[in-house]
Amino acid sequence: MATIQIGGKEIEVDSDGNLKNLNDWNEDIAKEIAVLEGIPELTDRHWLVINFMRKEFIEKGDGPTIRRLTKESGVDTKELYALFPKGPAKKAARIGGIPKPKGCI
Amino acid sequence: MNKLLILGAGTAGTMMLNKFHRVLDPMEWEITIIDHNETHFYQPGFLFIPFGVYKQEDVIKPKRDFFPEKVNVVMEVIDKIIPQENKVYLHDGTELVYDYLIIATGSEIAPEETEGLKGELWHKKIFDFYTLEGAMNLAKFFETWEGGRLVINITEMPIKCPVAPLEFAFLADWFFTEKGMRDKVQITFVTPLSSAFTKEKCAEVMSDYLKEKNIETIVDFNTGKVDNEKCKIISWDEREVLFDCLVTIPTNKGDECIARSGMGDELNFVPTDKYTLQSKDYKNIFVIGDATNLPSSKAGSVAHFQSEVLFENFLSIIKGEEMKAKFDGHANCFIESGFGKALMIDFNYETEPMKGSYPVPLIGPFKLLQETRINHFGKLMFKWTYWNLLIRGRELPVSNEMSMSGKIKEEETKK
Repeated sequence: MATIQIGGKEIEVDSDGNLKNLNDWNEDIAKEIAVLEGIPELTDRHWLVINFMRKEFIEKGDGPTIRRLTKESGVDTKELYALFPKGPAKKAARIGGIPKPKGCI
Repeated sequence: MNKLLILGAGTAGTMMLNKFHRVLDPMEWEITIIDHNETHFYQPGFLFIPFGVYKQEDVIKPKRDFFPEKVNVVMEVIDKIIPQENKVYLHDGTELVYDYLIIATGSEIAPEETEGLKGELWHKKIFDFYTLEGAMNLAKFFETWEGGRLVINITEMPIKCPVAPLEFAFLADWFFTEKGMRDKVQITFVTPLSSAFTKEKCAEVMSDYLKEKNIETIVDFNTGKVDNEKCKIISWDEREVLFDCLVTIPTNKGDECIARSGMGDELNFVPTDKYTLQSKDYKNIFVIGDATNLPSSKAGSVAHFQSEVLFENFLSIIKGEEMKAKFDGHANCFIESGFGKALMIDFNYETEPMKGSYPVPLIGPFKLLQETRINHFGKLMFKWTYWNLLIRGRELPVSNEMSMSGKIKEEETKK
């Protein structure tokens, strides 16, 4: 069983390194994971994306693709990459405490 | 009279038509199939066209050759479905009413989704091989190409036949080696995934092959635009890859009629129950093949395995019984690896591709996740199977549910 150390607590993670249990997550933990991901501060725009990701996951059982993110969250692709460099969907999922979106097979 | 309407006469639609025609009593059932194109394309064959292995005549046949007699065939563009009223409207204004509907409208490439992709260089230096036209133009281009940077780029997932871009890279390596100019062609595989393939175990094997064949891999590359002037692709996070020839796998989308009907997701794929194949929103609608939003591969083998499940569940529903058949996400693909060899993979929603034999345990004749000559012959022979058995809805000697027998689990491999 893999874990990460956040705020002095051991939290269980899956094979991708994302939180295993949705309920282990809170906003403070999100801020700490963001720092580990190279995002020192979460702005309102970050939160808009993170909350959208969580809402989608809770409703549908999977995080959204980038295409769905841009269509539904009102944040365009360019800005998404500025907010979460390299992999917006993957990073926002990790910070939001949900599994990596399955995308497609 | 009950009316069954099938939208789309590709691999999935034609299979369903043939299966139902055999069992539904013509005194009670009227079956209609609708499509706008008279030609059936053997899409798995497109991959071989740029390398001169197949010609146009190998991959096309008239659709009507595969329709049984006494079914209604309508050749017209579908305008939209009004699922609340059980009606379908065609482009010419015709209104069709149904009791049951099967959506098999497939998926197509949408190069216009990416800035600059369908620009000046389209089909001059930038080619797709997911259409016959693209594959033919690329074949012509390769005949006289003197070499340079060959870039194979997956724009966005999901795509039809996720192994095809890898196979293209392997075949290109072989093709230019045979032509005696491999040293003049630098092959780069650029993917939005974090590894060479969607399935982890298979990705490891594939990345070893890529390395061995001297094919550079660039991962996590989400293509934002194409610069036609400077011949480069640019990712959303502003990384750049130069090309002399770009082989693109553009964004794939479901049919526009799905969008016009308001029945699709952001890529026009129809929300479908992953086990029963019934539409998530309408009980008298089933969805099959590339048209679904299922997390299974978009491929002919998948449509084939789905067709058995849909067939059983449909027969249950019309008898007022509970649906019992469950689709397990089964996919089965040959992967051409070049030099007359191929691999084969067999997996489903839950199980990763693993080593073993298929379809008969220990015997095969096909070897899973291993490169053999017989796998390659299997791939070539599949064209015959496709035209003569598969789309005619005949039984194939393979099970639609994935089987664990013949597969070697990881722990055993390590022993």
